[in-house]
Amino acid sequence: MTITLILLALIMVTFVGWLFSQSINVKPWVAETGKTQLPSPVPHFFTAPRVGLMVFLAVVTSVFALSISAYMMRMEMSGDWRSVPEPGLLWLNTASLVLASVVLQIAWRAATHGNRQRLQRFLIMGGVLTIVFVLGQFVVWQQLSAGGYYMATNPANAFFYMLTALHALHLLGGLAAWGRTVARLRGGAGLARVRASVELCTLYWHFLLVVWIAVFGLILAT
Amino acid sequence: MGEREYDAGSYVPPAEVEEMELVHPKTFIGKYIWSQDAKVIAIQYGITATAIGLVALVLSILMRLQLGFPNSVSLIDPSSYLQYVTMHGMIMVVYLLTALFLGGFGNYLIPLMCGARDMAFPYLNMISYWVYLASVLILVAGFFIPGGSTGAGWTLYPPQAINPGTPGVDGGIILMLVSLAVFIIGFTMGGLNYVVTVLQARTRGMTLMRLPLTVWGIFMATVMALLAFPALLVAALMMLLDRLLGTSFFMPEMLSMGETAQREGGSPLLFQHLFWFFGHPEVYIVALPAFGIVSDLIATHARKNIFGYRMMVWAIIIIGALSFVVWAHHMYVSGMNPYFGFLFATTTLIIAVPTAIKVYNWILTLWRGNIHMTVPMLFAIGFLFTFVNGGLSGLFLGNVTVDVPLSDTYFVVGHFHMVMAVAPILVIFGAIYHWYPKITGRMLNDTLGMIHFWVTFLGTYAIYYPMHFIGLEGVPRRYFAYGETTFISDSVQALNAAITIAAIIVALAQLLFLFNLAWSYFRGRESGPNPWHATTLEWQTPHTPPRHGNFGEELPVVYRWPYDYSVPGAKHDFIPQNVPPEEVER
Repeated sequence: MTITLILLALIMVTFVGWLFSQSINVKPWVAETGKTQLPSPVPHFFTAPRVGLMVFLAVVTSVFALSISAYMMRMEMSGDWRSVPEPGLLWLNTASLVLASVVLQIAWRAATHGNRQRLQRFLIMGGVLTIVFVLGQFVVWQQLSAGGYYMATNPANAFFYMLTALHALHLLGGLAAWGRTVARLRGGAGLARVRASVELCTLYWHFLLVVWIAVFGLILAT
Repeated sequence: MGEREYDAGSYVPPAEVEEMELVHPKTFIGKYIWSQDAKVIAIQYGITATAIGLVALVLSILMRLQLGFPNSVSLIDPSSYLQYVTMHGMIMVVYLLTALFLGGFGNYLIPLMCGARDMAFPYLNMISYWVYLASVLILVAGFFIPGGSTGAGWTLYPPQAINPGTPGVDGGIILMLVSLAVFIIGFTMGGLNYVVTVLQARTRGMTLMRLPLTVWGIFMATVMALLAFPALLVAALMMLLDRLLGTSFFMPEMLSMGETAQREGGSPLLFQHLFWFFGHPEVYIVALPAFGIVSDLIATHARKNIFGYRMMVWAIIIIGALSFVVWAHHMYVSGMNPYFGFLFATTTLIIAVPTAIKVYNWILTLWRGNIHMTVPMLFAIGFLFTFVNGGLSGLFLGNVTVDVPLSDTYFVVGHFHMVMAVAPILVIFGAIYHWYPKITGRMLNDTLGMIHFWVTFLGTYAIYYPMHFIGLEGVPRRYFAYGETTFISDSVQALNAAITIAAIIVALAQLLFLFNLAWSYFRGRESGPNPWHATTLEWQTPHTPPRHGNFGEELPVVYRWPYDYSVPGAKHDFIPQNVPPEEVER
């Protein structure tokens, strides 16, 4: 649970610190008096979809932190843990996911610079690389079960399948959003509207890359 | 939107909300069923949660019949008794209280109280309700499949939850776990909305420190739920794999029906950690909205500003944060390291401090207030009594040495029903009496309300107070029948019969409440826009009930906190939040 607690503590500290900065020295019982200034708007970065994504990422962090905590606790709790061999294909998959992240970053830049063609090309490329990753993970499962590493044989296998499946499911969810964005882009939607979606996709992909590196690292290390 | 000038002073810049495009459907289905209006979704949540809650109420009466008058109802056998225990607990905690507070009150009140047109993501909000409904239907399906619903207890502890011999092990447990996973997915969609709406869609001038405490309570509870429900999700997924694919996450090597099961090394303790990592915050997920709502009820009906607003806000935040580090106090009897137990006993007792601050502040708000003994106020005061009672027995149970002998007795049942069943339910009733006029435009009947309050309040004491005594005698919980023992005295049976009779009376009183809801909808006195002379924004809408979009042409601008009651020098004893200082009548 230590990892979960540390991550949750970080989330809480950020959140509580922000609340503190909002509420310190405020006297709520004092009503407005003068009529002099216009309110300054909220910082531009914090649009509702962005905040929504950040909150969602906090939820996903919690899911993976708890799964990883469970992994480590289960590993220590009894002596039946026999590690999974890591098929070499996992490295290739990792590479394609890294590439997907990089490519989406380029697409996002293209969107901000108003380059529609470049955006479309790289956006589609990012999605395809991700599909390659997911298919690659599927092949890894096939290889493992062909080698006799079934889910029920050992908790290490079970966790391997569960964590990779959970991660792949999150990517598939992302791909649904990606598919909608591509469809809109090809349907000729305005660049400004598409840009917001592209940016959310990119941030989500970066996040899932970090999660994957954490999961992969854990599997390699144990 | 007209640009109105006002001083932002040293405050944080108030959110300048943009006008949002709303979907305005024309058909009946679009308006009332497949609706994106948070208020309609709130009512959908409310009706669904109440309906499933009534099922759980019936289950509790069936349990009480068996305990009070053993073997008088042939329908109830040991297996079905365990199934009732399980379903009653799970439905009440997750599908009624969580859904009603966050999905029901959250959806109705957050946009109105923050001065928003609707939730930040209305479409997602709508899906959230339908996913919740699906989870309820999956849960209910458990009653009708062969073998019935699961009888594992609401904590679903492995290994017994998925071991042959436990009721519902064939299908019931699978449906329960799937239903929970679906509920969590639906809740996450709703929860994102509640959080983002509070953060992003507040109207001008509505700084964080001008939010009504109701919004603070619901907001913090949602943040906690978003972080805590994943623990239940992970636990449910892992147990599903254990049950369906034969993995050994939680299942230890064991003899089952005389044979060694094909498992090894799994850890039931791991499940307990995950479950309670969700389970304890869950208590506060239910309690914090109640705290918030009760603060507003007390301030409004005592015509006085809430005592220590900033303290109240920070108490909510601190309770929320602390509730993540007390989970193992549910596991004192699991054989943990005594130092570990000591650590968790300490954090548990520390959480009593902000909670006590809140209780004192409510009492100090009442102190010398102009108390109107309206039905909502009665329920709010009833909550104070019940909550303090339940909270004090919680201090007993928070200590390892006291908890060990009392764990698994009726003392615990009495404690948690007082603190997290009756107390929040009283607030829910108070809140319904308080906001019903805004939702329907008509007042609920006062006489029926008074009868409902007194029967419910005194009745619940008649139910749960004796349970503490039964528990002190060591009577175990979850048992279908006690058989011959040396330690249970004969009078326990008489007490149990009395508790059952009280429970039936309280349950009947709820029918009176439902009748009142239905009758007043058609025949109730017209309430007008602001029958309680309250200050918060939901009472200042141009239409009652508020239409889609909430505030007519222009969003309100907020000039003050929500507790300007009985301000010296003002003509009326309340100043709504959207009244600028120069327009206050003196």
